[in-house]
Amino acid sequence: MNLINLLITSIFSSNIVLSRFLGICPFMGSSKSVKNAINMGLSVIFVVTLSSILSYFIYYKILIPTNTTYLKTVMFVLVIACIVQAFELILKKTNKKLYNLLGIYLPLITTNCAVLGVVLLNINNNYNLLETIIFSLGSSIGFMLVISIFATIRERFSEINVPKRFEGVPIAFITASIMALIFTRYVLK
Amino acid sequence: MKTIINGIKYENPTFVLLLGLCSALAVTNKFETAYIMGICVLIVLVISNFLVSLTRKLVSDSIRIPFYVMLIATLVTCTEMLLKHFIPVLYETLGIYLPLIVVNCIVLGRNLSVASKNNVKTSVLDGIGIGLGYTLALMLIALVREALGNNTITLMDEVSKITHYKAIYKVFPNSEVFPIKFFVTPAGSFLTLGFLIAFLKGKKYESN
Repeated sequence: MNLINLLITSIFSSNIVLSRFLGICPFMGSSKSVKNAINMGLSVIFVVTLSSILSYFIYYKILIPTNTTYLKTVMFVLVIACIVQAFELILKKTNKKLYNLLGIYLPLITTNCAVLGVVLLNINNNYNLLETIIFSLGSSIGFMLVISIFATIRERFSEINVPKRFEGVPIAFITASIMALIFTRYVLK
Repeated sequence: MKTIINGIKYENPTFVLLLGLCSALAVTNKFETAYIMGICVLIVLVISNFLVSLTRKLVSDSIRIPFYVMLIATLVTCTEMLLKHFIPVLYETLGIYLPLIVVNCIVLGRNLSVASKNNVKTSVLDGIGIGLGYTLALMLIALVREALGNNTITLMDEVSKITHYKAIYKVFPNSEVFPIKFFVTPAGSFLTLGFLIAFLKGKKYESN
């Protein structure tokens, strides 16, 4: 029951983009079309889940026994960069079609704060392995959901008249604000 | 001097370049956390720009990005430890947003685009300019959000551990003004940033 609760909250009410501001850069950058957004979201789901599991083992099996937890930021960045590189290489050799689909988004993920953010949140909240997997899956699905809804709304911007000063980024932020109101409604009270 | 003003006005990371927005939105519900975050980024940016520019002839292209990321991660860890020692409460408040400076696009972006191509003096000045621009932008957002959302301006609360002086001001001290709580929530920060970008952009268009 607790795990289902965790999954639902991490997708909706404490969505990483709209309530914790992680991954704003790709949220604004690669949400020009729905197809881009979905591909980006898929690769984020994969990388976030994998790096969360790996960094869980690194933190609890290597850093804590050797009493070097202050190295966690450096270690996690290294883990994420390696996973992205390796994932790219494996995909290139085995599944050409998927590689062409996700290819250009993979290097961008290394500097996506959503990945490092989720990994650090897992550690800070003292989640166990199962909770780590559920939380990272939930948050990355939430990321994909929000980014694709946002892209759908953004595609309509070309059809409406936006005041000159609000064209482009400002109107996108105001849209995001309304989306945040809808998603985090339960937290507001 | 020209480089510094350029960083604050024409290449302001938050309002013009739109880099490093995660922390700009997350820590600005209080004026104090905003400028502390700004100062942390400023320190990391200046030191990393200095080191990158110093080693720009030694580092080959193929290991450039991993080397820079490791450098930034080390500097961020040092800053984190300093803050934890001097102001532990703020360290807790900033939470994950402090280590997230590592993947903050401003630092890596400036290292790659400026420091790896220019001499030490230009790079350090650029770091100071961009860092100050970031700090000022964060302070502006925090000012709007805290004044509207909480009716206060917190200049020094936890920082008083170092300065031994507390400064929390009320915007409307005597009247019964009901603060608009919406502005301290995540949704309010998106709205504030959207409007600020629009207004600053408008000003630039008019002056041209």
